[in-house]
Amino acid sequence: MAEATANGLGQHALHATHAQDAAAHAEVHQEHPIKLYLVVWAWLFILSTCSYLVDYFGLHGYLRWSLILIFMMLKAGLIVAVFMHMAWERLAMMYAIILPPILVLVFVTMMVFEADYTLLTRIAFFGPGP
Amino acid sequence: MAQTTLTHTGQLDRPGGWRGIATDWASDQRAFKNVSWGKAMMWIFLLSDTFIFGCFLLSYMTARMSTRVPWPNPSEVFALRIGGKEIPLILIAIMTFVLISSSGTMAMAVNFGYRRDRRKTAILMLLTAALGATFVGMQAFEWTKLITEGVRPWGNPWGAAQFGSCFFMITGFHGTHVTIGVIFLIIVARKVWRGDFDTGRPGFFTSRRGRYENVEIMGLYWHFVDLVWVFIFAFFYLW
Repeated sequence: MAEATANGLGQHALHATHAQDAAAHAEVHQEHPIKLYLVVWAWLFILSTCSYLVDYFGLHGYLRWSLILIFMMLKAGLIVAVFMHMAWERLAMMYAIILPPILVLVFVTMMVFEADYTLLTRIAFFGPGP
Repeated sequence: MAQTTLTHTGQLDRPGGWRGIATDWASDQRAFKNVSWGKAMMWIFLLSDTFIFGCFLLSYMTARMSTRVPWPNPSEVFALRIGGKEIPLILIAIMTFVLISSSGTMAMAVNFGYRRDRRKTAILMLLTAALGATFVGMQAFEWTKLITEGVRPWGNPWGAAQFGSCFFMITGFHGTHVTIGVIFLIIVARKVWRGDFDTGRPGFFTSRRGRYENVEIMGLYWHFVDLVWVFIFAFFYLW
């Protein structure tokens, strides 16, 4: 490409070399109907409203937590799959990006035990909360 | 989904499924076959950023679980008095809608970028940047409100002292990401508007010619910022 510019070739030649370059790398350009984006957008609004209503109506306990998590996962899934085009990538890419964050759950489990232990020792030494 | 068009410019006979993973990774060339290096690198950067935000949320969880003092109720802390009535969490809800709207306009910008509609792409990107700036502005308002009410990283009037440090750390880091995103959105929008990706004008920093894929890579970052907010909204504000 650098040679083409240096030789003073026109716009057309530039595009031609560019096309060859793209072919060599075999990349995929994605074009989806606009309707798909609008539908996902609408769903994100609906799900956000739902998760806000969980707080507005003051739901409590396991119902609240499970609803928050469900709406959160649905929103995250829609954003990653459609807006970030992950749904159309090859599996090698999907697993390379999506599996590592799931391993954070191991860390979460460890820290749950750690936090419980800290709370226990704090209660043992300082007594229950003020 | 039937209208989805994938413009393959290379060979199409690669296996799918588990076999595809094995052959892609074992091919001794590049593992991400139809993804450009720019896109792959942005994904890997976002993966590392996921761990950063993951660690912030984890430390917040640990602090909140291990304190004997009751955690301040976010529903009341972030309530606003509108028309003489306390509405819980309303500012955060509006911020969420603003950020989701910006994600929608960004997705549209990427789409029009691949259709080579310079004008619409640039306008949608600038709209995205404006919504992002609105979000940061509302966050500044929220910080000001909390600071005047006496929230500090070492204490607050309502309960556990760790509330302030978690709040400033998590939302501050996210706000920084949004701000950086706004700056880069404006830079890329300017390039689109000027037609840099059509004429192959070299970039001012790398001297490499950009492509409309740059808009998609910018979009990946922006959607990630929205994605992180989904988790912060769920775990910090709603929990």
